[in-house]
Amino acid sequence: MKLGERAFGILLSFGIMAAFWILLSGIFDAFHLISGLVCCSIVSIISHDLLVKGKSEKKLLKSLRLLIYIPWELWQIVLANIDVAYRVLHPKMPIDPVIIEFETTLRGEFSLVTLANSITLTPGTITILVEPARGKFLVHAIAKEPAEALLVDQTMQKKVAHVFMET
Amino acid sequence: MVIVYGVVTALLGAGVFFTLVGSIGLLRFPDFYTRLHATGKCDTLGGGLVILGAMIYHLFQYSGTLLVIAKLAFLVFFIFIANPTATHAIMKAAYKAGVEPWCLGEERR
Repeated sequence: MKLGERAFGILLSFGIMAAFWILLSGIFDAFHLISGLVCCSIVSIISHDLLVKGKSEKKLLKSLRLLIYIPWELWQIVLANIDVAYRVLHPKMPIDPVIIEFETTLRGEFSLVTLANSITLTPGTITILVEPARGKFLVHAIAKEPAEALLVDQTMQKKVAHVFMET
Repeated sequence: MVIVYGVVTALLGAGVFFTLVGSIGLLRFPDFYTRLHATGKCDTLGGGLVILGAMIYHLFQYSGTLLVIAKLAFLVFFIFIANPTATHAIMKAAYKAGVEPWCLGEERR
């Protein structure tokens, strides 16, 4: 099982790096392809554990859920920009900054990073600190409404927890 | 072709608009944290929209070299990861250094 996981990690990182090499080089003769593949195999054998880390349980389902989550996140980014544009261009600048604190059920590194970056990109909030041990987030909000959206509704936390199955 | 030009112009215009709003916000907002709100978000979407416009233009104008579109797509992908991470890093550094957040009714700094 341990060996199988290792092989899976090496294969996955090799596949990603080879696809990246081919797309970026754009030259399809034997020399460039072979040198690229040799480099990819060396790097993936030495450092595959940097890219593919931890247990590989239900990776496929999580990736699928992440793919569904990304379009919603893109829409939130558009909303965030319209919100900031409104606050910037309004003559009276309707801002009222607060710093809020909340705890989540998330513990995994990747899920914490996803939630932190999602908070930074969505309307009116930026992550200041994350405490991985307790899943605690310190967030700077530009006004009362976005702060309450994070504290009361908690739609984003629920969505991320659903994606990574860490409720 | 006119439709393509219209879509590309709209995307580039929207991108430039959001980048401009980010710059205005950088000048108008009262303190360090709120200024990061303006730049951290507007630069992400503004840059993304400009690159999306370039991708569509390239697709119809130079359809021989499709790899360029893949490279531009990678660029969007990395901007959307790097930008919030950098914003968060600057924010965290300011918080650790003890920059006081501005509250309603104070003087702007």
